[in-house]
Amino acid sequence: MTNLREAALPQQTIPDEWFQKKNKDLEKAEEVVRPSLSYWKDAWRRLQKNKLAMTGLIFLALLALFAIFAPILSPYSVTQVDYPNQNQPPSASHWFGTDDAGRDVFTRTWYGARISLFVGLMAALIDFFIGIIYGGFSGYKGGRTDSFMMRIIEVLYGLPHLLVVILLMVVMGASLTTIIVALTVTGWVGMARIVRGQVLQIKNYEFVTASKSFGASTPRIIRKNLLPNTMGPIIVQMTLTVPSAIFAEAFLSFLGLGISAPYASWGVMASDALPVILSGDWWRLFFPAFFISVTMFAFNVLGDGLQDALDPKLRG
Amino acid sequence: MLKYTLKRFVMMIATILIIATLTFVLMHSIPGSPFNEERTTNEAIQENLERFYKLDQPLPVQYAYYLKSIVTFDFGPSIKKPNESVNELLARGFPISFELGMTTILVAVISGILLGTFAALRHNGVIDYAAMTFAVFGISIPNFVLATLLIQKLAVDWNILPPATWSSPLHMILPVAALATGPMAIIARLTRSSMLEVLTQDYIKMARAKGLSPFRIIARHALRNALMPVVTIMGTMLAGILTGTFVIEKIFAIPGMGKYFVESINNRDYPVIMGTTVFYSSFLVFMLFLVDIVYGFLDPRIKLHKKEGEA
Repeated sequence: MTNLREAALPQQTIPDEWFQKKNKDLEKAEEVVRPSLSYWKDAWRRLQKNKLAMTGLIFLALLALFAIFAPILSPYSVTQVDYPNQNQPPSASHWFGTDDAGRDVFTRTWYGARISLFVGLMAALIDFFIGIIYGGFSGYKGGRTDSFMMRIIEVLYGLPHLLVVILLMVVMGASLTTIIVALTVTGWVGMARIVRGQVLQIKNYEFVTASKSFGASTPRIIRKNLLPNTMGPIIVQMTLTVPSAIFAEAFLSFLGLGISAPYASWGVMASDALPVILSGDWWRLFFPAFFISVTMFAFNVLGDGLQDALDPKLRG
Repeated sequence: MLKYTLKRFVMMIATILIIATLTFVLMHSIPGSPFNEERTTNEAIQENLERFYKLDQPLPVQYAYYLKSIVTFDFGPSIKKPNESVNELLARGFPISFELGMTTILVAVISGILLGTFAALRHNGVIDYAAMTFAVFGISIPNFVLATLLIQKLAVDWNILPPATWSSPLHMILPVAALATGPMAIIARLTRSSMLEVLTQDYIKMARAKGLSPFRIIARHALRNALMPVVTIMGTMLAGILTGTFVIEKIFAIPGMGKYFVESINNRDYPVIMGTTVFYSSFLVFMLFLVDIVYGFLDPRIKLHKKEGEA
């Protein structure tokens, strides 16, 4: 056998000088080449690449600045009535024209921005807190508690939200607080569902078990382990709550349940301008309608962008 | 399947009961009686009125009467228009709102699915970008803004379509367009993303390998699975459209439910508000129930489950 093989494969030796010794630098091998990115830094980097979402973000920042400063800097006040100058088209003294009581539409538009942003942000924030507490508890407890709490959610989810909001507004009387309360009474359900789904998934991961084995208390686990890891979908949901709250506020104004006359929200302004569009006073409807649409657009594209940026599966 | 349907049914009844109770509690938590207004009524008349509307009874008794009125579908007379009953208002207004709502749903679903499918088939092409740009705008522009824009341009400036009322199919175009654009955009986006996912599946490759025509692949194999997410949101979308009709009806002066509902809110006509809310919510919850059942039939996983159970 050996002879046969030797005959088939003639002995060949490779001379030693053909080999080149490669220097193995053990310390270099351990070196980190790229700076490690935290989840948030990475999400921010990816969001910056999304031009549409960044446009939305910049628009919203500008909108917030104008909403804060424009009513202060404007020479007119929101409620100042000036009948000789009613229904003026946009001009140098009234940039967005005036309404049927001679009030400056420019000032009122930015005041309306305050109202709309305030309603949207408050609704999102309150939804966030209720949703986190309810959904977090339900998801973390699991078992019977969870399925009972979810039954409640399922029934509430079936309620036609806008009808309940309208009902609450009729009973409590139209005011800013009422709008926010009515919107959150129905709105927190969606947030609770998302939080619960996330918590249910994450609570079985090893790092949570590790935390538990170190003796961490339940509130600590929820605060330190679960919540930070559920923040992605929660933030997206909050970004998408704001435009729907702004829409709901405008919708209620159209039904005559908005905030009352001398003050202005975009919905009230658009609703008041409705009867006069046939007479050609386009600016009274155009400016509030334009800003409602663009703001909702900005929040929607930002939400879409965040959804992609905060999704760990798409991390590249 | 039967167990699933039964569970959904119980859930539906519970939801309707909660809405009804909530409405009752809210309406009765308003201080004073609906007749305590600026015009001072004779005390005897007021007592008679309260007896007529059963407002003199203790609350639990009123609640029982109220539940009975829901079960028998008789919501009693309106307070502000005493010679009209809530049922009459519903019978007059609801068919029109229903027509508007259903036409809208039909238009939104068909055009949304077509748009989403074409966008997915031309992924990252011109049609895709155009459709998705349109979709983001559709979602962002509130329906009442769109409605006023449409009236301004198509009816007033160009005089192509009638600006208001509800008397011919031509009159339906603008309100339906205003109401359908938002839901259509949402459906188009959903269809596109789930279609893109489905098209990468092995069974689509298999269908292609069999030599089926692209149309057949899409219509028979891809759409059915791609449409599952669309069916899921149909219920909530329907609720949105039907409440959306309130505002659209007001803008276009359509004599549907919205008109009476807004009137009853402004007049604080409680029987009408209660009747309308309960009727509308029950209708919506029932639709949600139907959607769930349809979903159960469509979802292959639920069917598979049943077969395993039988075997």
